[in-house]
Amino acid sequence: MSNARIQPRPAADITGRPDFISIKNFGFWYGDKKALKSMTLDIPERHVVAFIGPSGCGKSTLLRNLNRMNDLVDGIRHEGDIAIKGQSIYDPGLEVISLRRRVGMVFQKSNPFPKSVYENVVFALRVMGVSNRAILDEACETSLRKAALWEEVKDRLNDNALGLSGGQMQRLCIARAIANRPEILLMDEPCSALDPIATGKIEELIHELKTQFTIVIVTHSMQQAARVSDRTAFFYLGELIEYDTTEKIFMNPSQAQTEAYISGRFG
Amino acid sequence: MASPSSDNSTPKGEPWVWFTSVGLLIGLSMVAGLLGLVLINGFSVFWAPQVPTVKFKDGTEIVGQFVQRRVRPNSPASDPQYERQYQIGLRELNSTSYVWVDELNITEEKIAPETLGLERMENGPAFITPKTIVDAAGKPHAMDATTFSMIRAEVEHASEIRERVLDINQNKIGLVNAEMEETRISLRRAEDRQEPTVELTDKLKTLDTKFAELKKEADEISKLTARAQLEGVDAKGRSVTIPFAGIVRAWEPNRMTTMDRIGLMFSRMHEFLFDAPREANTEGGLMPAIFGTLVMTVFMSLLVTPVGVIAAIYLKEYAKDGTVLRVVRICVNNLAGVPSIVFGVFGLGFFVYVLGGTIDQLFFSDQLKYNNNTPVFGTGGLLWCSLTLALMTLPVVIVATEEALSAVPRGMREASLAAGASKWQTVRDILLPASAPGILTGVILAMARGAGEVAPLMIVGVVKLAPTLPIDGLAPFLHLDRKFMHLGFHIYDLGFQSPDSDAARPMVFATTLLLIILVVCLNLGAITIRNRLRARFKGASF
Ligand SMILES: Nc1ncnc2c1ncn2[C@@H]1O[C@H](COP(=O)(O)OP(=O)(O)OP(=O)(O)O)[C@@H](O)[C@H]1O
Ligand SMILES: [Mg+2]
Repeated sequence: MSNARIQPRPAADITGRPDFISIKNFGFWYGDKKALKSMTLDIPERHVVAFIGPSGCGKSTLLRNLNRMNDLVDGIRHEGDIAIKGQSIYDPGLEVISLRRRVGMVFQKSNPFPKSVYENVVFALRVMGVSNRAILDEACETSLRKAALWEEVKDRLNDNALGLSGGQMQRLCIARAIANRPEILLMDEPCSALDPIATGKIEELIHELKTQFTIVIVTHSMQQAARVSDRTAFFYLGELIEYDTTEKIFMNPSQAQTEAYISGRFG
Repeated sequence: MASPSSDNSTPKGEPWVWFTSVGLLIGLSMVAGLLGLVLINGFSVFWAPQVPTVKFKDGTEIVGQFVQRRVRPNSPASDPQYERQYQIGLRELNSTSYVWVDELNITEEKIAPETLGLERMENGPAFITPKTIVDAAGKPHAMDATTFSMIRAEVEHASEIRERVLDINQNKIGLVNAEMEETRISLRRAEDRQEPTVELTDKLKTLDTKFAELKKEADEISKLTARAQLEGVDAKGRSVTIPFAGIVRAWEPNRMTTMDRIGLMFSRMHEFLFDAPREANTEGGLMPAIFGTLVMTVFMSLLVTPVGVIAAIYLKEYAKDGTVLRVVRICVNNLAGVPSIVFGVFGLGFFVYVLGGTIDQLFFSDQLKYNNNTPVFGTGGLLWCSLTLALMTLPVVIVATEEALSAVPRGMREASLAAGASKWQTVRDILLPASAPGILTGVILAMARGAGEVAPLMIVGVVKLAPTLPIDGLAPFLHLDRKFMHLGFHIYDLGFQSPDSDAARPMVFATTLLLIILVVCLNLGAITIRNRLRARFKGASF
C-alpha cells in the first residue's frame, strides 16, 4: 500500500559514475557497541541520496564516516571499506584533511564561527592557504549566491555571523561547506531547526546544488526525503533495510519494515 | 476566610533560602568591614585636623595632632579611664614623635590660631608658633598679616630648588656614576690583560671632573636657599630654627578653611602617588612601589599567559587520555595549593642561584671578575620575581584555559575540522579566539593573586628601598636585573619592620588602600577587555 500523501519525485538518470561513493560490507563500532551492521550501497555521482530511519538507527554514524568525522571519537572501529571514486578513504596514503576538503559537511545545528560572514564563508579556503583577496571575494560571492543568501547579506559581509537569523545561519553554513568546491556534500538534518519557508529555500538549494555536487542528506521528514532525493536508504537498528530509488521506496517498498515506517506506523 | 499567616502558596524550603543568604551576608559584611577600616584609616593620612594646645595639671603644655583614645591599661573596668595619643613631632627635641597622655591630667585644650604645621624631610612634623622668618637673602622679617603667604612662598622656592638638586643628583650624577663603574671595570680588565690603559684612565679622569662639576653645581643651587629659615617656639617654650630647605609643606591647622584642608589633602595624595618615600618610608610617596608592583605584575602576566595557554592546549587537545595525563592534571592542581613561600624558596634556589648564576658565568663573567664578584642576574631582581610569580600562578591559567577550551561548543570544533582545517588551525583560528574570554578570566585571577603576593617576593628581589626604578632612561631601559619596591612588601615592612611603629601605622592603611585600589583597577581593566571579547561571541540564536 502506497502512502497517498507523499508524492516522490521521479528518479533522475544516472549521468555520472554510478559508484561515486561505494560502501562495501561496512560495519562500525563505538567501543564494544555495534552501531552499524555490515552494509553495502553505492551512491551515484550528482545524485541526492536521503538516509531515513527512526532515531538512533545509525544514519548520522554512517554519514559521519563518509568524511571520517567519527575519527574524533575514542575507541571506534570499522570493518569493510568506503571508497570515493574508487579510492578507499582509509587508504593510508590519503590524508584525512584532504578527504575532508573534498567532502563538505552541514550539521544539524547551524554552527557558524564567531567571525564575520565573509570569514565564515572563506574559512575552508583560508585553511588551504589561499590568501589572494580576489579569489576569496569571488568564492565568497559565488557560494553565498549558491546558498541563496547573497542578496540578504551582501551589505553585511563584515558583520558577525552570529547576528544572522537561524535560517540565514544554516544557509551560511551551507555556503561555507561548498566554498572550496567539494565533490560531495553531507547534510545531517539541515532543516530540523528551521521554519517551513527556510526549509523550502534549502530544499530548492539542494536541487540546484545537485547539478554539481553529490549530496547525502539525513532527514526525519518523509516529505523532505520524497521531495529532494533521487534515492533513499532506510535504516533500522543499525541495519540497512532497503535502498532504492525514492520513487520505489515511497510507492512500492519491498520490505514490510520500510512500508511501516514511511506510512508512519512506527518510528 | 483564610488568615494571611496560613498562606499555603509559600514553598516549604523557603527558610533555607534565607539561610543561604546568611552565608553571603557574613562574607559581604566582613569585606565591607575590612574596606571600611582601611578606608577610614587610610584617608586619615591625608586629612589635616585642627591641632590643639593641651595643658596639664603640672602646668606643662604640648601642641600636637590628636591620633587616638584608648582605655588606660590597669584602669578598673567599672570606671574606665582613658588616655590619648598625640603626634607632637619635632623628634630632634622631643625624642619621640608620639606621646600618650592621661586624660585625668589634662586641664584644658585650646585652639591657638597661630599654630603652624610643618611637614619636614626629617625628624617628623613640627607644630610651632612662628616668630621670625629669615628669607633667602638672609633678611629677617617679623610676624605680620602676610607672614603665612611668605612662608608658603619660601617653602615653594625651597622645594623647587630641592627638586633641581635631586635631578642633578639622581639623573645626571647617576649617569656619570654608571659610566664610571663601567670604565673602572674595563680598566681592571685592561690591567689584568696588560693592555694599554691610558685611554681608560683619561676617561676616568674626565668623568671625575664631570662628577665634581655636577656636585659643585648642586651645591651652588642648594646654596640659593641655604640661608632661608624659620624661627619659632615649641609648646615648651624652646626656640626652634628650621631651615626652609628641610620643609616640604606648611599649613595653619587652626586657621584654614575646609576648602584649604581639602586642598591640602589633594596635595598630600599627589605626593603619595607620585613621589618617593622619605623618613624610612613612613612619609612621602609610594611611586617606586606602585611602579614596581605594576611593572612586575604586567611582566608576570606576559610570562604566565603564553606558557599557561600553550600547556593547556597541549593537555586538552593533544595529550592522549590516560594515567599520565591524569597524574599531570593532579600535579597542576596541587601546584595551586602550594604555599607561596615555597615558590619563593624555589625561585631563590633555582632561578636566582642556578639560572642567574649561570647567566652571570656565561655573559657577565667580566663583571664578576672585575667588580668584586658583584652578581648581575645571580641575585634577586625583577626577572626572577616575575618568573617566580608566573610559576605560582601557572595552574590558575592552565585550569582556566582548559575549562575555556572545553566550553567551546563541539559544533564549532567539528565545523572547522569538517572544513578541512588541521588540528592546529582549528586551535589557532577557532578555539583560541572563542575561549579568549575564559582565558582572560584566568589571567585576571593570576594577576590579582600575583599583585597581592608578598612572601615569595621578599626573597627573590623585592627590597625596602630601591635607589632606581626598574624602567628608566638608561639603556636598555627595562632593567630586569634590578631590585625593586613592591606595595605588598611595603605594607609588611611598614607594619612590622619600621623603627617608629606609630608613625608607620597610618601609612600602612593608606598603602593597603592603594594596593586594594590597584588590584581592583587591574581587574576592572581585564574584565572590561573580557566583556568586550565576550560580546563579540555572543550572538542571536534561534
Ligand atoms: N559518540 C558516540 N559514542 C557512542 N555511541 C554513539 C556515539 N554516537 C552515536 N552513538 C550510538 O550509535 C547509535 C547510532 O547513532 P546515530 O547518531 O548514528 O543515530 P541517528 O540515526 O543519527 O539518530 P538521530 O535520528 O536521533 O540523529 C545510537 O545508538 C547512538 O547511541
Ligand atoms: Mg543523527
